[in-house]
Amino acid sequence: MTSPRFTGTERPTGLFRLSERGWGYLLAAPAFALVGLMALAPIMAALWLSLHRRMPIFGVDEFVGIWNYLQLWNDDRFWAACRTTLYFTGLSVTAELILGFGLAILLDRVTSGTGRSPRLAQVMIILPWAIPTVVSAQIWAWLYQPDYGLLTYLLLQSGFIAAPIDWLADPDWAIHAAVVMDIWKTTPFAALLLLAGLTSVPQELYAAARVDGAGVWHQFRHITVPLLMPVIVIVLVFRTMDAVRVFDAVFVLTGGGPGNTTETLSIYAYKTLFQTLQFGYGSALATAMFVIVAALSSLYVLLLRRHLRETM
Amino acid sequence: MRDAEGHGKFGGVGSLRNAGLRFCLLVSVGLFCLGPVLWQAVTSVKPDQDLVRLPPIWPDHATGSHYERVLLESPLAQSLANSAIVAASATTVAVVVGSFCAFALARLPIAGKPVILGLVLATSMFPPIAVISPLYLLMRALGLRDTLVAVGLTHAVYALPLAVWLLTSVFRQLPSELYYAARVDGCTPLRALLTVLLPLARPGLAVAALLVFIFSWNEFMFALTLTASDSTRTAPVAVALFPGLYEIPWGDLAAASLLVTLPVAGLAVLFQRHIVAGLTAGSVKG
Repeated sequence: MTSPRFTGTERPTGLFRLSERGWGYLLAAPAFALVGLMALAPIMAALWLSLHRRMPIFGVDEFVGIWNYLQLWNDDRFWAACRTTLYFTGLSVTAELILGFGLAILLDRVTSGTGRSPRLAQVMIILPWAIPTVVSAQIWAWLYQPDYGLLTYLLLQSGFIAAPIDWLADPDWAIHAAVVMDIWKTTPFAALLLLAGLTSVPQELYAAARVDGAGVWHQFRHITVPLLMPVIVIVLVFRTMDAVRVFDAVFVLTGGGPGNTTETLSIYAYKTLFQTLQFGYGSALATAMFVIVAALSSLYVLLLRRHLRETM
Repeated sequence: MRDAEGHGKFGGVGSLRNAGLRFCLLVSVGLFCLGPVLWQAVTSVKPDQDLVRLPPIWPDHATGSHYERVLLESPLAQSLANSAIVAASATTVAVVVGSFCAFALARLPIAGKPVILGLVLATSMFPPIAVISPLYLLMRALGLRDTLVAVGLTHAVYALPLAVWLLTSVFRQLPSELYYAARVDGCTPLRALLTVLLPLARPGLAVAALLVFIFSWNEFMFALTLTASDSTRTAPVAVALFPGLYEIPWGDLAAASLLVTLPVAGLAVLFQRHIVAGLTAGSVKG
């Protein structure tokens, strides 16, 4: 490929005599340098650290090869964290997609035909998205408070429960409490993307389907879902990535407890790194997690390939 | 206009055009989205004795004492200032560096663009926890541990993929003739970018800046691990580590939560249309 050249009019002074290609590299260089230094190099360093037994407070720093990974394989707490993470991810992403779809259809219906933009509705659903995750965790911690929290009070008043439940201290409830919080926080994001997709579906398709006698379910199943498939995939990608990596939401809400019942991979890695200061083993944990995320990512990238090709 | 045929999209839900039902549905969506936040707002003005009993849901009289306490007697004001500094500088760095890189990717003939864009995407998928310990060691080696520079720079780098991704499509949408005309007139690529393209890309730049700012303001894990004292803590870290291990001061916490949320919630509401456009960019139109 030949690049356009403008040598005839270019001022031939010093630095500015770079070719188009040279300018390209020069302008992209700061971004590459920053990402290289602070994202790619740390990743490599983490891989390197994971081959060491490194505990600075004891002055321990020795190369142990794959010993950390072997230990990981036999670490029940690691597998428990894997299960917790995948349970959290599966439950919250499924619920978010279904609820987000419902919300999007509802808003699409409610605001269509009025001639007004869905501004008010969008403002409402963008708020949970914009709120810092840490703040939403504290908001929900207060709602879950067993003695004078609003949730227990409302459920007691309406007769759904007979006695107060300490949601965050109960091993069975705690993870679900975290899932509910995550659903509240991120369903709006799913709904916003799906709503944008819904408004781009040509109305003629529905009209034609109605003429052919297709019911609501058939229209949804055979028009809405197929046409929105790219958006659905993107929602799944973004939400799965975030849910697998979940840290602040659960960390602030439960700290991984009670016991270790809500300990996700990120929390386990964080505790290993910064509370027990085992940099080597913690890095092995983080690397294992990176492998899980990378596997899921490449699966999704395969699904997204068509999209990527179009944008490039 | 879209319902010109006089039916709803799904025949059976056509009754949604009924104003009353529409209102009810909007209210319930509103309660779902805003309810928890409203309860936090009520909590933040409840006198202390009303916090440890329920009912009453509404306090007899509102008090501003929680706000007074967190703003005057806790390091929250400092944390809010720190967050503002960190988010503003992260946004500046990410948007400036990001737009240079995006311009190069969109208009200049550099090699391996799909690889670079793929790498950019991959970077944004890294679990932050995987880089946190080397990053911590790097900052310590550079003497930047427990400084705002460390947090701001980290936020800028981890927001870069988003900024580059968004801005590349923004620059691609500008007619390439503009760029070539500027070049023929004797501008260097840098000058063409600064004087011709950037002014035209302002809406896209604003979207990128908003998303980076909100990301940085809300980010917790890097801010938590790279800071160690009240003078450098950002607002989310202050809210997470809110003092009071055994008896949580719920009123103060509610006030602090709302104060920390206010700037980003304000931005989200003011620029809601741009943010939605930025979030959905690429996902709907491909």
